[in-house]
Amino acid sequence: MSDLDDLYQEVILDHQRNPRNFVRLPNANRQAEGNNPLCGDNVTVYLDMEAGVIRNISFQGDGCAIAKASASMMTSAVKGKTVAEASDIFKRFHQMVMGGKDPCFDLESLGKLAAFSGVSAFPVRVKCASLAWHTLNAAMQEQPGAVVGEIGKETPK
Amino acid sequence: MATGRANGHAALSSSLDVERVRRDFPALSQKVHGYPLVYLDNAATTQKPNVVLDRIRRSYLDECANIHRGVYQLSERATAAHDEAREKVRAFLGAERASELIFVRGATEGVNLVAQSYGRTNVGPGDEVLITAMEHHSNLVPWQMLCQDRGAVLQVAPIDEHGDVIWSEFEKRLGPRTKVVAFTLVSNAIGTVNPAKAMIDAAHAHGAVVLVDAAQAVPHMEIDVKTLDCDFLVFSGHKIYGPTGIGVLYGKQRLLESMPPWQGGGDMIASVTFEKTTYAELPAKFEAGTPDISGAIGLGAALDYVDSLGLAAIEHYENELLAYAESALKGAPGVRLIGTPKRRAAALSFMLDDIHPHDLGTILDRYGIAIRAGHHCAQPAMKHFRVPGTARLSLAFYNKREEIDVLISRLAEARAMFKS
Repeated sequence: MSDLDDLYQEVILDHQRNPRNFVRLPNANRQAEGNNPLCGDNVTVYLDMEAGVIRNISFQGDGCAIAKASASMMTSAVKGKTVAEASDIFKRFHQMVMGGKDPCFDLESLGKLAAFSGVSAFPVRVKCASLAWHTLNAAMQEQPGAVVGEIGKETPK
Repeated sequence: MATGRANGHAALSSSLDVERVRRDFPALSQKVHGYPLVYLDNAATTQKPNVVLDRIRRSYLDECANIHRGVYQLSERATAAHDEAREKVRAFLGAERASELIFVRGATEGVNLVAQSYGRTNVGPGDEVLITAMEHHSNLVPWQMLCQDRGAVLQVAPIDEHGDVIWSEFEKRLGPRTKVVAFTLVSNAIGTVNPAKAMIDAAHAHGAVVLVDAAQAVPHMEIDVKTLDCDFLVFSGHKIYGPTGIGVLYGKQRLLESMPPWQGGGDMIASVTFEKTTYAELPAKFEAGTPDISGAIGLGAALDYVDSLGLAAIEHYENELLAYAESALKGAPGVRLIGTPKRRAAALSFMLDDIHPHDLGTILDRYGIAIRAGHHCAQPAMKHFRVPGTARLSLAFYNKREEIDVLISRLAEARAMFKS
């Protein structure tokens, strides 16, 4: 069952069991909420932004191992990054979980987030992996209304 | 009664030959991810037997014409087959007249029809609609919409820790303002069988009309609308081995006659001028436009198939299998059953340690096992049990003990993978 092992890699299971930055940020100046209505997964992302830099980030919520680990690893990956840098990481992360066949795609550049490459073999789970990222985007762009997962649109070709 | 797994797989003591029955369902013999399909999501939809597929094909091959229109033979044949399907539904539910059966898209549309037509006419400001806390969203949202629209109050009878309606709380919520009581006969999320007759009688004592959601009940038990004395009853064809897109609303004749049509169009009229339209008699009044002709005919074939096995035999076989599955799940490490109702039909909800149901569903799928993972369109019920969702297995008469065994053994692998 190699694709299952690819999906549930140890680093993912570790972040699911012990999610990082899994608190409500007391001095957050931005936040957004995301939902996948068909699953019931939900996440709230809290940001402490200053001059276009993510000074601190945290999340709260409830979801499957993929959704939770993705949110946890996202917070570690974007802390200290600028909005442009975080958006760029999301773009490449999204490409990876959608299973894009871009030959220039550099998996290593995603660092630990490359653990989510196995998601592309599970089309219905793409929305679990990307929910926190869409929510981060909304928080960065100061769209505090609830983000709804892109049902149907997030299916790899 | 099931005698437990230690006794192996001796034939169940009913008259239903599961291996023979399985040959009627070509979909069951396929492989998924290299493993034999173990289909345990029958509460979501059932697989279709050859007789249904053949009948639908024949309806398009030999009798494809619109109904109630043509003066030619093909149309007469289609009309006769469609009428015959309605008569089969009548006999299946024990209704008095075929005109009391309205073809709709499914149980959901049936509830919406009653909420929109009966509800908007008879439910006013301050009136009440009573449902239970275990309802599928399909028997909740239409009533919520009606109440918001009419300034009425949606009352909800709570359930206890087992997943049964708390009788005293149900009774307490019945009163002079209660206009409609709507409840499910069998819970899709937990498997609870509600004491329908007692609930209907109690509602009638307060002058309320009762809608029974029988979507999860009709495949598993004999139902007679006259004995139940329900005012409305809905079910979906695809959950009883028929095609998707067709369902049934039963309503008592005098109520249906008193209700305004909810959709206008062809087929539902007696005469039309620009000034005034006179509506057709039942059931046409509620069936505007060209109906799902082949769907209705396919549903008729599905009901014939169920009758050929006999619901008594089906119920007996499924209850034995359900008891086997329940005892196997209770004995499996890490499993916690969600809901332990007094009487259960066909469905079991559970959690495996703290593994999220979606992760479990993904893992099981890789071994060819199809279960439902999630909130089962019953979010209030999930909230009651303080879980985001559950894993649910739901049985049909073509399932067998070996499939339960496969599921149980894969649960152990899921635990190992999550090291829980």
